[in-house]
Amino acid sequence: MKAIVTVIGKDRVGITAAVCSLLAQHNINILDINQTVLQEYFTMVMLVDTAACKDSIGDMADILDKAGKEQALSIRIQREDIFNAMHRI
Amino acid sequence: MLNQSEIMQTIQMIDQQHLDVRTITMGISLLSCAHSDVKIACDKVYDKITRYAENLVATGEAIEKEFGIPIVNKRISVTPIALVAAAADTDNYTPFAQALDRAAKTTGVNFIGGFSALVQKGMTKADRILIDSIPEALSTTDIVCSSVNVGSTKAGIDMDAVALMGRTIKDLAQATADKGGFGCAKLVVFCNAVEDNPFMAGAFHGVGEPEKVINVGVSGPGVVYHALQSVKGQPFDVVAETIKKTAFRITRMGQLVAQEASRRLDTPFGIVDLSLAPTPAVGDSVARILEEMGLEVCGTHGTTAALALLNDAVKKGGVMASSSVGGLSGAFIPVSEDEGMIAAAASGALTLEKLEAMTCVCSVGLDMIAVPGDTTAETLSAIIADEAAIGMVNSKTTAVRIIPAPGCKVGDTVEFGGLLGSAPVQSVRPFSAKEFIARGGRIPAPMQSLKN
Repeated sequence: MKAIVTVIGKDRVGITAAVCSLLAQHNINILDINQTVLQEYFTMVMLVDTAACKDSIGDMADILDKAGKEQALSIRIQREDIFNAMHRI
Repeated sequence: MLNQSEIMQTIQMIDQQHLDVRTITMGISLLSCAHSDVKIACDKVYDKITRYAENLVATGEAIEKEFGIPIVNKRISVTPIALVAAAADTDNYTPFAQALDRAAKTTGVNFIGGFSALVQKGMTKADRILIDSIPEALSTTDIVCSSVNVGSTKAGIDMDAVALMGRTIKDLAQATADKGGFGCAKLVVFCNAVEDNPFMAGAFHGVGEPEKVINVGVSGPGVVYHALQSVKGQPFDVVAETIKKTAFRITRMGQLVAQEASRRLDTPFGIVDLSLAPTPAVGDSVARILEEMGLEVCGTHGTTAALALLNDAVKKGGVMASSSVGGLSGAFIPVSEDEGMIAAAASGALTLEKLEAMTCVCSVGLDMIAVPGDTTAETLSAIIADEAAIGMVNSKTTAVRIIPAPGCKVGDTVEFGGLLGSAPVQSVRPFSAKEFIARGGRIPAPMQSLKN
């Protein structure tokens, strides 16, 4: 299943590395990454494939949220469907 | 693929603009629970609800997490209890309300609606017992909601029921006087009630509905308000287009959640209700949308026109986004549940008369309005009759959810807490309608009913 991971927070060294290695630990494959830094704020959007991940998206949402809080970031994973529904006819 | 700005727009809507699914409501038919023995009937009611809605809350929470979209309420609506209890050998239906309350608490939902009677063309014995039971039923339960339909375009207005509801509201306010008449916040008097409404307090599961069904109510006044901020000073055509596009997005999200819930709960999907439902939170207000259109304060001249545009554009935007639209579908204007409305009412700009005019062009009616505790039952009935007349003639749903707050005077504030908010006590006309209400009988159906 495809999902969207978004990471928002104050920019510093190693955010991308930390998030990517966390996703790798859970067997989540990154298909596409887009990132920008605007006025010190780091925003990253990733399209990922969770097919090989043993945890459900709901559990992954908890894991990423917890990891995000520890690093003062907002990290979330949401099923791609919600964005498609809202932005594609 | 989706681009980054689209994804971030959705994230912002959820994070900063209070985008949410307001409610997933499971409608359950209780017609099979009728029994002459009250105890057996109540047990059947409890068993059926807890069996059907066993996974409702857990499923709602799972969907919430996977899609990353808050689902604020999970609720249940049931067949009007006056129909279910009619076979029971009793003159008090309070035990049914208590069974609903227990079942709702067991399943973990926020509210259960359907302690209801449909009396637009007259009352059966059971309808009468149900209405007489309302004060005790709602004051001895916590999350049971009640509604009574007193009129319709097709049948006219049952003025005996209107008179009775005025007295019932007074009694209910007295029975819950220690909580500011809170019980009245759980009681709606309708004209043209709809059978698939997912919103409380007026939800019930109509007799034309299937065994069980999933209805979803979306929300998002904050998202519409935010979208309008980007078109400041532009003509109304642009305003309408902007609202339509926003409503489309909100509704698509609701439709997705509804289909997912329906699939997981193995329950047919009913409708998406396109209402803009405010909450007392700052940034989640319908009044502020109207003000964003250029009104100094909600309630001033121009408010009705602004609301008419908003209501229409929300429907037009939403209707293409859902496979089945129903329920109330329009903007709600509950005073106590809307931060902007509370401020407007407290400043004196938003009066009962203006609210009545606004109900002609939006989805519901006089909703969550506190009036002085010494307001007479006849005046309450007259207010109900006025609203019912608006609904009857305009072939739309109207409702009255009014709280004659015991011991409170104009200028006081009644606190209900949570999503129900707080209401400034508003003035009513001091002149009597006693003889008008005392007439009783029926206001005949208008010409609009003769469509065949």
